[in-house]
Amino acid sequence: MTQLDDIIIDVRGLTFYRGERAIFRDVDIQVPRGKITAIMGPSGTGKTTLLKLIGGQLKPDSGEILLDGQNVPSLGRRALFRIRERMGMLFQSGALFTDMSVYENVAFPLRVHTRLPEEMVRDLVLMKLQAVGLRGARDLMPSELSGGMARRVALARAIALDPDVLMYDEPFTGQDPIAMGVLVNLIKRLNEATGHTSIIVSHDIQETMGIADHIYILADGGVIAQGSPEQLMAENSPQVKQFIDGLPDGPVPFHFPADDYQSDLMLGLNNG
Amino acid sequence: MVELIAATGRAGLNRVAAFGRAAIFLMQSLVARPAPLQMLPLLLRQIYVVGVQSLIIIIVSGLFIGMVLGLQGYTILVAYGSEQAVGQMVALSLVRELAPVVTALLFAGRAGSALTAEIGLMKATEQLASLEMIGVDPLRRIVAPRFWAGFLCLPILSAVFALVGVYGGALVGVEWLGIYEGSFWANMQNSVDFFDDVLNGCIKAVVFGFVVTWIAVYQGYDSVPTSEGISQATTRTVVYASLAVLGLDFVLTALMFGDL
Amino acid sequence: MRLRMMEISVGAFLITGALALLMLALNVSGLSLSETKQSYTLYARFENIGGLTPRSKVTMSGVLVGKVVNISLDPEQLMALVEMEVDSDVNFLSVDSSASILTAGLLGEKYIGVSPGAEDEMLKHGDMFEDTQSALVLEELVGKFLFNQASD
Repeated sequence: MTQLDDIIIDVRGLTFYRGERAIFRDVDIQVPRGKITAIMGPSGTGKTTLLKLIGGQLKPDSGEILLDGQNVPSLGRRALFRIRERMGMLFQSGALFTDMSVYENVAFPLRVHTRLPEEMVRDLVLMKLQAVGLRGARDLMPSELSGGMARRVALARAIALDPDVLMYDEPFTGQDPIAMGVLVNLIKRLNEATGHTSIIVSHDIQETMGIADHIYILADGGVIAQGSPEQLMAENSPQVKQFIDGLPDGPVPFHFPADDYQSDLMLGLNNG
Repeated sequence: MVELIAATGRAGLNRVAAFGRAAIFLMQSLVARPAPLQMLPLLLRQIYVVGVQSLIIIIVSGLFIGMVLGLQGYTILVAYGSEQAVGQMVALSLVRELAPVVTALLFAGRAGSALTAEIGLMKATEQLASLEMIGVDPLRRIVAPRFWAGFLCLPILSAVFALVGVYGGALVGVEWLGIYEGSFWANMQNSVDFFDDVLNGCIKAVVFGFVVTWIAVYQGYDSVPTSEGISQATTRTVVYASLAVLGLDFVLTALMFGDL
Repeated sequence: MRLRMMEISVGAFLITGALALLMLALNVSGLSLSETKQSYTLYARFENIGGLTPRSKVTMSGVLVGKVVNISLDPEQLMALVEMEVDSDVNFLSVDSSASILTAGLLGEKYIGVSPGAEDEMLKHGDMFEDTQSALVLEELVGKFLFNQASD
């Protein structure tokens, strides 16, 4: 286990139930400052839920989520909105405001949170759009963008206020290889350039492994493995191996739990 | 048997809980009204979408309902030789009942369902969550302006409906069926009281606007963010809003015009 | 420019609403803007008011001079007590004026018709009509007619 010294987000004893089902049971996660941390795991293990918990959109049943020592779940509405100014989040679908142009989308956080003069807003917006390579698309509406472009615009919007923490929810899902490569590159470059902390939630192993400094693998309501990409590659636990190598059968079974196949078939025969 | 009772009880409790959620939601969005300067452009836009774009359907329906009332009223009243009372009948039924009720029903179908679908889609495409993460309260930014716009627009639409309807009735009664114009209007003006009839009709419209918009906005906000969930929420908006309007109309009528 | 169009149409919409309400007030409900007419209150007792209701007309020689504001039962005399407001400029009703409940048309609405008397003293605010004539009730008329037929 690596020793993490400068921790920005510290999740302790997190427990979260959705209905009867436990999504997280007593989970601890530390996110180092200025690095790229990846949260990985099969679908349905609550990766996105974790981001929502960190962003304060959901409240855990128990446990603490500390952002620089402030416990997010215990914050009031007002303090929560203030702490969110330090976070940026890139949603899976991009979540651009469909009634605003690309330019207005990126300008929106600036207009809401600052009282900058219009010329300065313009310069900032163009800088952010330049960073994602879409300065020329400023007058388009979100409906006119491809999926990959929409995600890049959303990224420009997420970094508009220069957040300390940037969270990516499945940034690579459903992208063609070129768009995927662009995004991987962009996330890496932005992280190096601005020094913010990145958290990537994903199940695209190759891409994520390539840029992450530290990786947590979630399954069954808990962390099953963590470490640098090299450490995880060397991991021998069957669960981790199955996930990383993408094997169809293993500890996560191919078959949904069912009665014995043969007797199930015979049953139909007997009844018929 | 016991299971049936338990299930009924659970369903009932769920309904009560949903009602409670809706009430809390209403409180939050009313309290969370944005700063006036930010509110104005947003409100303007919503009045445009909810009000101005509903005007045509309101005018056309009002005209036809007024004309039908004129026609029906004439055929009934002429049998008693009191066709001069057509104006009175048309105006009273429009101003007291039909204008606020029919406007609210049309409004629920035209603007209410659109509100639900819009907010539901914003939820499904994570725009609401995105607003929250940017540090903007979606209740303030999205819900409150829509709520106030609906609240404001329905009385206006209802007044337009009533006026157009009265002129539609006059068109049929006076121009086509030949009721003497003077007695048509005089009878109407003698029997319609501004405070008792016109203003009470307006109060009804205000109440309906409040309820229909509340239901529409809440259903959108509470919808399951899938295409099926949104279509169900839209249907629920129209059904619940229509039932609420008709039920409330009886209560309000009893309070205003009945001697209860 | 799109924003400007929207602003104009919303403005027009709000004005339309205000105008519609104004026209409902003036044309449909016949509310006159110089409504602050002075009036004074008079009372009358009737044995039967038929279908008279609050807001019914009060006329004199067929001209509208006021309206009924309240109807109650006088517990002492066991008769209907009608309170009406009469325009102040109608100040020539003498104390022996009479009030009767009339019907517009065969089945029409009930209203009060006032006819002036000959005395010099005029009715003042709060006074009572002494001479009243109740509504004609169709059933009573028919009943009387049949009774007379039978007794003949």
